[in-house]
Amino acid sequence: MKDKKMTRYDLKMDNQTEFYRPLNKTLKKTVSTFIFIALCIFAVIQLFPLYWLMTFSFKDNYEIFGGNVIGLPQVWRVSNYIKALTSGNVLVFLINSVIVTVSTIVITSLLVCTSSYAIVRMKWKLSGVTLVYFLVGMMVPIHATLLPLFMILRKFKLLNSHLAIIIPYVAFALPIGILIMTGFLESIPKELEEAACIDGCSIYKVFGKLILPLMRPAIATISIFTYMSSWNELMFANTFINSDRLKTLTVGIFSMVNENETEWGPIGAGLVIATLPTIIMYIVFSGQVQKSLIMGAVKG
Amino acid sequence: MQKLLGNKKAIFLFVFPALLLFTVIVIVPIFFSVYYSMLDWDGIAKGTFVGFNNYIRLFQNNTDGFPRTVLNSFILAILSVGIQLPIALTLALILAREVRGEKIFRTIYFIPVIISTVVIGQLWTRIYNPDYGLLNTVLRGIGLESLAGRWLASTEQALGCVFVVIVWQYIGYHMLIMYASAKSISSEIYESALIDGANELTIAMRISIPLMKPIIRVCVIFAVIGSFKSFDLIYVMTGGGPLHATEVPTILMYTSIFAKYRYGYGSAMAIFIIVECLVFTVAIKKLMSKDVME
Repeated sequence: MKDKKMTRYDLKMDNQTEFYRPLNKTLKKTVSTFIFIALCIFAVIQLFPLYWLMTFSFKDNYEIFGGNVIGLPQVWRVSNYIKALTSGNVLVFLINSVIVTVSTIVITSLLVCTSSYAIVRMKWKLSGVTLVYFLVGMMVPIHATLLPLFMILRKFKLLNSHLAIIIPYVAFALPIGILIMTGFLESIPKELEEAACIDGCSIYKVFGKLILPLMRPAIATISIFTYMSSWNELMFANTFINSDRLKTLTVGIFSMVNENETEWGPIGAGLVIATLPTIIMYIVFSGQVQKSLIMGAVKG
Repeated sequence: MQKLLGNKKAIFLFVFPALLLFTVIVIVPIFFSVYYSMLDWDGIAKGTFVGFNNYIRLFQNNTDGFPRTVLNSFILAILSVGIQLPIALTLALILAREVRGEKIFRTIYFIPVIISTVVIGQLWTRIYNPDYGLLNTVLRGIGLESLAGRWLASTEQALGCVFVVIVWQYIGYHMLIMYASAKSISSEIYESALIDGANELTIAMRISIPLMKPIIRVCVIFAVIGSFKSFDLIYVMTGGGPLHATEVPTILMYTSIFAKYRYGYGSAMAIFIIVECLVFTVAIKKLMSKDVME
């Protein structure tokens, strides 16, 4: 039995005429271990600042500044979080961010679904031109629109309201959303609508009852995209809103830091609160998030 | 069916709201910006038309350092393409070859991408803080006191420090795009190359990278354009300081408009940035597609 195995092994060796194979194998193993370690080091580099943020959000200045710089907090000061949420206004900012982001996602999805459907499926002369027109918008940098938008919003007395940023967020989310959705709609067979048509549905019913539910995967992708851009956006939010009651998390925390630089703990807590929803979303949908962003990159 | 899908009222209802919003908020402002850029205007009094004077002043007899901000953005672009992308490419190629923990590494590297720039800026400002920051504390702790620097507070080091954070945040993004592209190369190609006796390095250089050229080109464009348009991170970390050391065109545009009320002049900067981005996008596409042909 044992002999048989030996011969087979020898035969294999012979076939490939690789006398140095064992050496090659150890070399390969060393290299791959080395690579693995390098990857681990890189992972630590990517994570360590975030770990540090998490720990100092529970510490007081004494620990952060030297007492216990990188260890876990000696005392977990939840009071930092309470302080950030109440006197630091982070709770208000958080609510504002949720209002703005949810509204943006809902409105964007609705507009993207209806307009993409009309562009891809319905019969009208200018549908192709309209699509191209929307897609041109992907090349427009927000900087170029900042001042004119400021003037427009001022004219309509919309500055300093949630709408002042929801409206631009939606408008700038439309092109990429329409790109993703029209691509997705092409893949839905037309027969479905034809069958529904025979049943005598109205176009609104076909859209609402039949197409909209089918669009769900694409809506998920678009929502992730829209979430990332509106939750994290700074320039518009910083320019169009200056009342503390209305600020979103990004701007709110930014101004909070400028006003009160002395205590790091509560600021760290504010930063963690601003990041936590994103991290949770990422953990739950990590595959989907990565896919969405790749899609945006490749198509954009 | 035809009648159903040709319903003009429905088409109007479906498309018009999006179209109107998009036109008013995204398209119309560009024309306004172009118009503003030809005015001498403080936003309050009526502007006077000055033609291309604002553009000329960006570079001739310039007093606010605009050319230097452009230079800074170029430095960021060159560093991004020269340092960030090669690292991202290396990581992508390694991860795409089925190493242990592929998915976990990919997920971890990508985390900084999704976090708000404000949070990242604030966090790294604290890491760089000369007195209490993590970096200097650790350096002192391990006896490398001499390496401790002023970082963001130093005119020489600040731009480099900012760049490190840009790399840290966006490397995962480039890595992921390249990774997806490397993964889409059929495994048969790899296998037949391996049988032919090619080693991993040759495979990467001769097969993977040439096949990934189109996506690498996308990454180069993103890195360059991203540098030209960078605003958030620098605005949060240094505001362009110390002494304009990290100032980029977008930040100068922002302060020109909203701090100095030079609406016309600031708009000229905005238009300059757009044109710059367009020109470079086209140029990179041209240059790199020639490469693909060869």
